[in-house]
Amino acid sequence: MVKPSNELVLSLYRGMMEIREFELKARQIFRSGRMPGFIHLYVGEEAIATGVCAQLKPQDYVASTHRGHGHAIAKGISPRETMAELMGAAEGCSGGRGGTMHLYEPAVGFLGSNGVVPPGILIATGAALSAKIRKTGQVAVAFFGDGAVNNGAFHEGLNFAAIWELPVVFVCENNLYATEMPFAQATKNTNVASRAAAYNMPGYQVDGNNVLEVYAKAGEAVATARRGGGPTLLECLTYRWFGHHEGDAGTSYRAKEEITTWKEIDPIRRLRDQALTNSWATGEQFAQIDREVEGVIRDAAEYAVRCQQPDVSTALDHVFNN
Amino acid sequence: MADAKTVSQSEAKLPPDDQRLISFVEAGVEALREEMRRNADIFYVGQGIGPRGGNFQQSRGLWAEFGEERVRDTPIAERGQVGLGVGAALAGSHPVVDIVFLDFVLEGICEVIQQASTIHYVSNGKFKVPLVVRAAGGGVRSAGPHHSHTFYSFFMHIPGLKVALPATPFDVKGLLKTALRDDNPVIFIEHKNLYGNKGHVPKEEYLIPFGQADIKRPGDDVTLVALSQMVHRSLQAAALLEKQGISVEVIDPRTLVPFDKETILRSVAKTGRLAIVDEAYAACGVSAEIGAIVASDALYDLEAPVLRICALPAPHAFSPSLDNYLIPSVDRIVSEVALLVRDKA
Repeated sequence: MVKPSNELVLSLYRGMMEIREFELKARQIFRSGRMPGFIHLYVGEEAIATGVCAQLKPQDYVASTHRGHGHAIAKGISPRETMAELMGAAEGCSGGRGGTMHLYEPAVGFLGSNGVVPPGILIATGAALSAKIRKTGQVAVAFFGDGAVNNGAFHEGLNFAAIWELPVVFVCENNLYATEMPFAQATKNTNVASRAAAYNMPGYQVDGNNVLEVYAKAGEAVATARRGGGPTLLECLTYRWFGHHEGDAGTSYRAKEEITTWKEIDPIRRLRDQALTNSWATGEQFAQIDREVEGVIRDAAEYAVRCQQPDVSTALDHVFNN
Repeated sequence: MADAKTVSQSEAKLPPDDQRLISFVEAGVEALREEMRRNADIFYVGQGIGPRGGNFQQSRGLWAEFGEERVRDTPIAERGQVGLGVGAALAGSHPVVDIVFLDFVLEGICEVIQQASTIHYVSNGKFKVPLVVRAAGGGVRSAGPHHSHTFYSFFMHIPGLKVALPATPFDVKGLLKTALRDDNPVIFIEHKNLYGNKGHVPKEEYLIPFGQADIKRPGDDVTLVALSQMVHRSLQAAALLEKQGISVEVIDPRTLVPFDKETILRSVAKTGRLAIVDEAYAACGVSAEIGAIVASDALYDLEAPVLRICALPAPHAFSPSLDNYLIPSVDRIVSEVALLVRDKA
C-alpha cells in the first residue's frame, strides 16, 4: 500500500469522527424524546461515505437512502443544518419539510436521502445521464444497502447505466441485514460485486471498514466514470452497530458475538491504530480532531434543539414550483 | 420564444387564415420539436421512440433531427425510465419520459408519486423536478385490459403533480409546449383514439396555459364536462340533443391539475344541470371530484342531481360488443342527458 499523506489520514479521520459523533448525538436527542420521526443510524459504516465522498467534487452528485445522515455530512451538508432537519426545524437543510429521510442540498449535489430503499439508484443514474448529455464532467454516486439489491430498481438502474456507459458509481453498503432479514436468506448469491458481471460492468468487493481501501477503490471508480469509462459497482462489506432504526435493538436477529466481533473492527479505531503504528499521524493530531469534532457536534445539537419548527402558515408552500 | 402568443380559446375562435389542418399526433410532435429546438436541456426517452418514431408515431422525426443523445430508446423498464427522469430533472435537464401506454405507468408509479411529485416540497423548494411523463390512455380497437386504461383520478389526487388531458390537436400542441416550460412534474395523457384526428393548428407559435377549461360548445340547458375522447362523443351527443330541443354546453377542463372550477361553476349557474362524461370509472374518479366541487360550491344552482356517465365498473373486455358497451357511447350520453333534462321547465 502506498503511504497515505498525513493530510489525507487526518481528513478521513475527521470525516468519520464527524459522522460518528453526529449519530451518537442524534441518538441521544432521539432517546430524550425531543426528536420527531424515527432515525436509522450509520454508526459502524462511516468509512464508506467518508472514503467515497472524499473522491468527489462539490458539483458531483450523491443519492442516498434511509440511512443517509453520513452521506449528507460527507457530501458537505453542515452538521447544524442536518441536525436541525432531523428536528423538523425551519432552519434544517430541507426547511423541516423532509426530515431524516429527505435531506437535500443542491449546493453540494446531494440529491436526497430517501424513505424508499432503491430509488436513489435510479436518481443517481438519471443525474449521470443528465451530466453525460450536458457534457459537464460530473459523476454521480448511488449509496444503497444490501436490502436494495434484490429489488427490481437495482437491476433497471445498473442496466441503464451499463448500456449508456453513464458516469455513475454504485456503492453497496452490505451490512448483512435488510432490516432483520439476513442477506444469505434474501439471495442465493451473497457476492453483490459478482452481479456486476450481469451488466458487463466492473465490480469489486472491498473491506468497507477500511477507509483507505474504500478511498482507493472509489478513486478508481470515480476516475473511470469521469473519463467516460462507464459505471462501476463497489460492494463495501460493513456492519451497523445498532438496530435497523432507533427502537430496534438489533439483537433479536443478530448474535451478540457477531456484533462484538464487528465492533472490534471499528473503522475509526482501525485508521488511528494503523496511522500511529506507521507514524502517518500523531496521537496529538487525533486528539486535536476529537476535540474539534466534539465542539462542532455539540454546537450543531445545541443549535438544532433551539430552532423552531416551520410556521403552519407555510404548510402549503412549495407543493409546486411557481 | 418568451413572447410566444398565449391562447386560451379553442381553435374554433381563431381567424380563418390560421385554419391549417394537422393531426393530433402531428401536433404533439410539433410541440416537442419546437421546444427541443428552443431548449437544449430537453431530452426524450421511451420504448420505440427513436428511429421507429413511436408506437403511434408520437415522436416521428425527433431522433433524426436531435440525434441519439437526446432521443433515446429504452429497454422495457418503466420504473427505471421514470426514476432516471427524476434524477436527470434534479440535475438540471428537462426530460420527457414516454411510457407509451398509460397502463404501464403503474410499473413506475412509485417514482411518479413518491419521488417526482414530492421532492420539490420536501426539499423546501430547493430542488425542482421539471419532468414530463407522457403516455397514451384509453380504449381503442379492443386493446384489452392491459392497454386501455384511463387512470386520471389518482394522478389528480397527488399534490405536486400537474395533469394535462388534451382532446384536440390545437390543445395538445399548446398544452405540451406549456408542459415543457413548466418546472413541475407533469403527466401528459393523450388518448390513443384521438391521434389520427385532424384539427386546426395555427402555424404561429402559441401556448395554452394550464388551468383554463375550454367551452367546446356553448349551450343553455345542461352542462356536460367531458374528458379526453369523451369531449368528442359529448359534442356528437350535443348535436343530436339539439334536434330534441336540448341545448348542451360542453366543457373540456383540458388540465385536471390545476383545475379550472370557475368555468364549470359559471356554466352550472346558467344551466342548472351537470353531467360529467368520463371514460374512467365513476368510483373515486374525476367525475366524483367535479360532482363534489359543484355540490360544495354551487348546490343551489342545481335543479337536478349530478349525473355521471362513466365506464361501467369492469375490466376492459376484449370483445367489441362488451368493450363498446362498457365505455360511454354517444347513444348513452344522449339518452341519459335527455332524461336529466326531461323535467326542465
